Amino acid sequence: MSSTAEIERRIGNEYEAGFVTDIESDTIAPGLNEDVIRFISAKKNEPEWMTEWRLKAFHEWQKMEKPEWANLKIEEIDFQSISYYSAPKSMKDRPQSLDEVDPELLRTYDKLGIPLHEQMQLAGVAVDAVFDSVSVITTFREKLAEAGVIFMPISDALQEYPELVKKYIGSVVPQRDNYFAALNSAVFSDGSFVYIPKGVRCPMELSTYFRINELNTGQFERTLIVAEEGSHVSYLEGCTAPMRDENQLHAAVVELIAFDNAEIKYSTVQNWYPGDENGKGGIYNFVTKRAIAHTNAKVSWTQVETGSAITWKYPSVVLKGDNSIGEFYSVALTNKMQQADTGTKMIHLGKNTKSTIIAKGISAGRSQSTYRGLVRMNPGATGARNFTECDSLLIGDKCGAHTFPYIESKNPSAIIEHEATTSTVSEDQLFLCRQRGIDTEKAVSMIVNGFCKEVFKELPMEFAVEAGRLLEVSLEGAVG
Amino acid sequence: MLNIKNLEASIEGNKILKGLNLDIKPGEVHAIMGPNGAGKSTLGNVLAGREEYEVLGGSATLSGKNILDLDPEERAREGLFLAFQYPVEIPGVSNLEFLKASVDAVRAHQGKPELTSVEFLKLAREKCKAVDLDQNFLKRGVNEGFSGGEKKRNELLQMMLLEPQLCILDETDSGLDIDALQVVANGVNNMRSPDRSFIIVTHYQRLLDYIVPDFVHVLANGRIVKTGGKELALELEEKGYSWLEEADNGVA
Ligand SMILES: Nc1ncnc2c1ncn2[C@@H]1O[C@H](COP(=O)(O)OP(=O)(O)OP(=O)(O)O)[C@@H](O)[C@H]1O
Ligand SMILES: [Mg+2]
Repeated sequence: MSSTAEIERRIGNEYEAGFVTDIESDTIAPGLNEDVIRFISAKKNEPEWMTEWRLKAFHEWQKMEKPEWANLKIEEIDFQSISYYSAPKSMKDRPQSLDEVDPELLRTYDKLGIPLHEQMQLAGVAVDAVFDSVSVITTFREKLAEAGVIFMPISDALQEYPELVKKYIGSVVPQRDNYFAALNSAVFSDGSFVYIPKGVRCPMELSTYFRINELNTGQFERTLIVAEEGSHVSYLEGCTAPMRDENQLHAAVVELIAFDNAEIKYSTVQNWYPGDENGKGGIYNFVTKRAIAHTNAKVSWTQVETGSAITWKYPSVVLKGDNSIGEFYSVALTNKMQQADTGTKMIHLGKNTKSTIIAKGISAGRSQSTYRGLVRMNPGATGARNFTECDSLLIGDKCGAHTFPYIESKNPSAIIEHEATTSTVSEDQLFLCRQRGIDTEKAVSMIVNGFCKEVFKELPMEFAVEAGRLLEVSLEGAVG
Repeated sequence: MLNIKNLEASIEGNKILKGLNLDIKPGEVHAIMGPNGAGKSTLGNVLAGREEYEVLGGSATLSGKNILDLDPEERAREGLFLAFQYPVEIPGVSNLEFLKASVDAVRAHQGKPELTSVEFLKLAREKCKAVDLDQNFLKRGVNEGFSGGEKKRNELLQMMLLEPQLCILDETDSGLDIDALQVVANGVNNMRSPDRSFIIVTHYQRLLDYIVPDFVHVLANGRIVKTGGKELALELEEKGYSWLEEADNGVA
């Protein structure tokens, strides 16, 4: 049997995070209307303006057309069959410390390799854990508060710092930005809020773990990070979900604001359930992520995407201030029947703005991976530069990789460079490895990790290891 | 050491090896010469277990063990090494990482303890010197952008690190300058030992001036058609192969 055939045969690994937690939940009946939105808002005891803001988004959404998918094949989503709010029952009175958290929940995060206690504390990483619609616990809140850093569930921030939230929410991604952003604005349940005061370097990595547990629930989290002048923060999000035959919807919005001389590093390790080899089940992942970079500010998006049946996301940077910098480092791995359509948008408004895009796509099984990126140089973007590199790696011969780089330049002094390569893991390479005693699985993992090196080195140390391991697990089926 | 009986193999339905016999004892060096397309690389690939080739009949044993049923990596771990005629590039994977993974796998199979990164680096640097490769080649991707000669030296480097029982060198001398030829010859000669054997595939009798073989075989039409001592190589250089092929066809 040739190695390619062997590769085909071995496709079919198990999704490690695919268990369901048996926990009592408050889940509202499926369906979406004004009452549901008022219910969510009331559950969270939100100020009046927030309820109105949500309703406005809902009305916009109702007027909007469902987007046409360029390179994705998507079954019709029935928005009335989704439940828009689910919370573990024991969360009614939010625990004040880890001792009060339902042990079943803690076990869930332990199983996922996200211990909310010892190890993470040792590693000095502050974690916000979001289970279905609500935040379970945020660690290190006090320690961060000493530095003046606010890191808490956005629902708490609406209680404690409503004026801050009001000032910035929707300022980067307006309610009517796109279909899924509008939906999120109407029904978002929780997410993280981060505020770094002027001149503060956040003393630790911040991270949020999202977990969908309930059947037929959608997850709509909203993350808002504000980095004041000269501040610095590194933030990581991770995501998992149980294995289910039904598709589940995840439509998130992330807004980042980096004021003058500030730096935000935002990393994602996305491992939502991808569905089985026939394409049954899996998460539909529609995400709007955007940042505004003011003068001399720097925003980096780093993402490792291995999960979801369908991924549709384009983390963007609006380079508003002069000399601002935007970076996008991405690894998107698709296997089985997964589809990913991902990339970035770099919008250059200021002078001498700079952007770098490094996108690595790995396709195995019968999956399809698309890079779609936009680089726009506005008339004011004198001396702006972009460098884009898109590399695709194919494993086996039933998968596909596609690259769509869009370029719009309205300033003749702007320089845009683009490089693209497509390579395969060849029989010859695998045979060389095997002839040297290295089995195929290890060989493929070595080749894939080598291919992703440029991106992995952008991840915070602790997570670079995790990302490498995640690729290995996601590829387990794809190698012989 | 290696015992091949009546080996028949095909690729894409074309029968290439047509009943090949070869017997190699520990410590021996066998040179294999023969016209282009005769099946020399095929023999190496079949012995190493390349899956595109189908074994139609015959047997091959390494130290008494039937190797034809083993996976390529198992054969490698049993001590079979093939230096490729055309070494392939693996971009992005550092040579050092690749070499370490390889040595780790083979040592684990042999029940030897894993070398630490420091120990391995020291060893790899030593061997780099022996094949006259700059240490920078350890940091570069496997064969990535290496010149033809550098790739061949890298093959030799791998051979030295793995210390195999049976080394098959498929035209490792092709495309080498005179100094590099000397490096390859020295490398092989230094590794010669009473319990290690070599198959050296070459088109040039010059290499055999440096590496003196115990036997020279001519492979033509998928069979060993003539066997002799090192003087056979000189005779071939003079007369070419046609007289042997004709004789072989006459017999067949
Ligand atoms: N994939 C393939 N499909 C069909 N024929 C093949 C294939 N690979 C090799 N062959 C044929 O097998 C025969 C033997 O090839 P092989 O590479 O073993 O020759 P060789 O003796 O090593 O020649 P050289 O001295 O040129 O290296 C050749 O005729 C070649 O064309
Ligand atoms: Mg050959």
